[in-house]
Amino acid sequence: MPERVATLSPIRLSVNGREYQLELDHRTTLLDALRENLDLTGSKKGCDHGQCGACTVMLDGRRANACLIFAVAAQTHDITTIEGVGAAGNLHPLQQAFIDHDGLQCGYCTPGQICSAVAMLAEVEAGWPSAVTPDVAAGPVDLDESETRERMSGNLCRCGAYVNIVAAIQDVVG
Amino acid sequence: MSDIATTHATKGTIGENASRPDGGPKVRGEFAFSGDLWADGMLWGRTLRSPHPAARIIAIDIAAALRIPGVHAVVTAADLPASVNYGLEWRDQPVFATDVVRYVGEPVAAVAADHPEAARQACEAIDVQYEPQVPLLDPAEAAAAPPIHPDGNVFRQLTIRTGDPSARGPIVVEGAYEVGMQDQAFMGPEAGLAIPADDGGIDLIVSTQWLHNDRLQVAECLGLAPEKVRLSLGGVGGAFGAREDVSLQIHACLLAQRTARPIKIVYSREESFLGHVHRHPARIWMRHSAEADGRLVSFEARILLDGGAYRSSSYHVVANATCFSAGPYKVENALAEGIGVRTNNPPCGAMRGFGAVQVCFAHEAQMDKLAEACGVDPVEIRLRNALATGDRLLTGQVIEGTLPVARVIREAAALPLPPSPEIADPMTRPGGAGRTADAAHVRRGIGFAVGFKNLMYAEGYMDGSAARCRLSDGLATVTCAAAEVGQGFVTLAQQIARTVLGVEDVLLAPADTSIGSAGSSSASRQTWMSGGAVEKACQAVRAALLQHVADRHGIDPAQLTITDGRVTSTDARDSIDLAVADAAPGVVFEEEVEYHHRITHPLDDDGQGDAHVSLVCAAHRAVVDVDPDLGLIRVVQVATAQDVGRALNPLQVLGQIEGGIAQGLGLATMEELTLRNGRILNPSFTDYLIPTALDMPEVLATLVEEPEPGAPFGAKGVGEPPTISSTPAIVAALRAATGKALNRVPVRPQDIALGDGE
Repeated sequence: MPERVATLSPIRLSVNGREYQLELDHRTTLLDALRENLDLTGSKKGCDHGQCGACTVMLDGRRANACLIFAVAAQTHDITTIEGVGAAGNLHPLQQAFIDHDGLQCGYCTPGQICSAVAMLAEVEAGWPSAVTPDVAAGPVDLDESETRERMSGNLCRCGAYVNIVAAIQDVVG
Repeated sequence: MSDIATTHATKGTIGENASRPDGGPKVRGEFAFSGDLWADGMLWGRTLRSPHPAARIIAIDIAAALRIPGVHAVVTAADLPASVNYGLEWRDQPVFATDVVRYVGEPVAAVAADHPEAARQACEAIDVQYEPQVPLLDPAEAAAAPPIHPDGNVFRQLTIRTGDPSARGPIVVEGAYEVGMQDQAFMGPEAGLAIPADDGGIDLIVSTQWLHNDRLQVAECLGLAPEKVRLSLGGVGGAFGAREDVSLQIHACLLAQRTARPIKIVYSREESFLGHVHRHPARIWMRHSAEADGRLVSFEARILLDGGAYRSSSYHVVANATCFSAGPYKVENALAEGIGVRTNNPPCGAMRGFGAVQVCFAHEAQMDKLAEACGVDPVEIRLRNALATGDRLLTGQVIEGTLPVARVIREAAALPLPPSPEIADPMTRPGGAGRTADAAHVRRGIGFAVGFKNLMYAEGYMDGSAARCRLSDGLATVTCAAAEVGQGFVTLAQQIARTVLGVEDVLLAPADTSIGSAGSSSASRQTWMSGGAVEKACQAVRAALLQHVADRHGIDPAQLTITDGRVTSTDARDSIDLAVADAAPGVVFEEEVEYHHRITHPLDDDGQGDAHVSLVCAAHRAVVDVDPDLGLIRVVQVATAQDVGRALNPLQVLGQIEGGIAQGLGLATMEELTLRNGRILNPSFTDYLIPTALDMPEVLATLVEEPEPGAPFGAKGVGEPPTISSTPAIVAALRAATGKALNRVPVRPQDIALGDGE
């Protein structure tokens, strides 16, 4: 379509340690670029409106909804998707914990849950408080069950595997 | 979709917490859901839907849409080569509307284009001239209103009459109840990829609950022989009933046939809300009478279900709602009248619990009213009336299997209560940290509820499932078309094969239509039906293997057995001791079987008959904290005991219980599709709320294991019971905390903070 050609831009993305050079419509979301152009379909499109968290990826280690970011705006970041979190035979501890605790049923939200959890643990490590942190000046955050639930509340799971998701994360925290 | 999943566990037989074979690919993001599929040269399909709840179509002009660059085809009803209607049980739904539209969201046309945006623009460019009509929106008016469909406005009217319904005990309680329209809201929107084949047929990869039923409907509408339509299961991102009906299947295949190109259709979240059936909204009236001690004397019910514009599974939802309307209680005298009607609201059909959910909300509110009127504890009144094996249902059917109603009540009631709210973390107050109006006003309530329903299809339906087992040098391959939708059937299939064959490695072939139907992944039926088929196929292979070994050694095969992965003889004089993998080198054993459950029968004019295969029950106790000033609530704990027959994989059973409670909590406190003039006002996850990790309570669960005679391994399906009585238990707890009637779900903040809650 001619009107689409007029909006194409060269875009460079760094995903899971690999550099990609693409030519994309400016209006392409990071999620669509990952799924349609880079064949990284682990990030899911559950709503495309930032409501469900199934597309959660990490930008420089911070979690973000890939459906709410234009690919052009992600160029300056190191992007990590579920495909970069762990691989067969070398699973991230959270991936193994989700298997061990049966923290999934249909599995559609799982990549987003795991990316979210990986970044969430880093937030806790960095001492970021949440809405349920009793004392924001008290130093290290104790990632107990209620902290975990609060911090994971942006990732919907319709199968309702929350009990086991929380257990899996708590297991990794130790 | 993993082509073949392998497990190398030495364990993993029945009763163990074997891991899901698809768990690895799912946690790595490698599992291919139907929305992840891609084919060379594929086009994107998109559906144009009606903006009106009722309108005549005067004209459809597709010329402008066809002129948009990148558009390859625009199809309407005029392009259908054969049947123009489809439907899960009855073909009353147009593939594309022709002369009229009957609900907001009804498909009118479909487009194929080289980019999703071109397809969207093309849909906008289709000029449909509508002449809006006055819609029929009130289900109470539907039966008497002029028909809005050639098949009429009543899907089913069922009356169950037993004993003397005019009998009266001294205590009478009565109430009217309402259930809002709940949505399955699975996370992975509808998606499929249709690929035209060289033989003139179509290959369709799609997320569905029932491959073979989809195939039949596609074949009818495309004018193809069923064997020319080959379906494979695309990875399914949840189902809960919403994938029993065809959504995009026929549209995608028609566009593929028309363009000779692969067609991918993926629904947006909004289109998903428009494009699948919902749980029937219900209006229910009930009157119970009892002796002074609370023993039921009579039961009357009138149940009105809004089926929306097309039939889907309304016929059988009416049956379930009516048959199970009294709950798992003994009552000799009853008159229960259920009706499901057609309106210009969105179509409703299957959702987890299937009719039993709506009536359970009503009968459990009634049991609490009865308890209060009799001055009996709510748990005790349920125990006094609990059904048991040997008792009769409302339908006259004698319960022959297990149904431990009293036991699930006692076990649920015996689970420990959470700490009192005074010592609880202030961060866990209703509404979340710091949102409570006045912490001193927070009140705690405890509620109890019991529910039951049938397993499998009913009323004489000839249900079956096919499975194939192949064994070669210790490697078993199981083929079955059962749709894995997250329930964990694939795990059970492996566990069953390992148990019967004593082998470690079990491959699961892809689920597709190359084998006979497995029936639907619904009605809590796959563990029994397809589990039974897999067991039977594996047993046939086991017998063939033992015969082979016996022949080779010149002994009676009845002497041989498989224990701990080894073929041994029960006769100590034989020295046979072979690993299964070495028992028949190079020999391939393969058996394909069909499994059927016992025959059931239709209901007669009084709603009497042996209509159900098996029954299942559960009890829930909910503890809630309520901020009465703001109407905010927190479900603190749900304790449950569930009749599971036998837990084949306890961890997965618990997952089903927890997940079912989450959906029951959703219906109790937040989930409702709100309609205005037949239009869904909240088709998004911003406006249709489903529970998050924060909403999910602590769950305590007791699995009650009383093996079901006739069921493979004694196991009952476990998916539906948790959604049935969790909702009324939570609402009972809200009533206890607030003193309000709360006769409608979902209970909204304003129902608690304002008004009288009626």
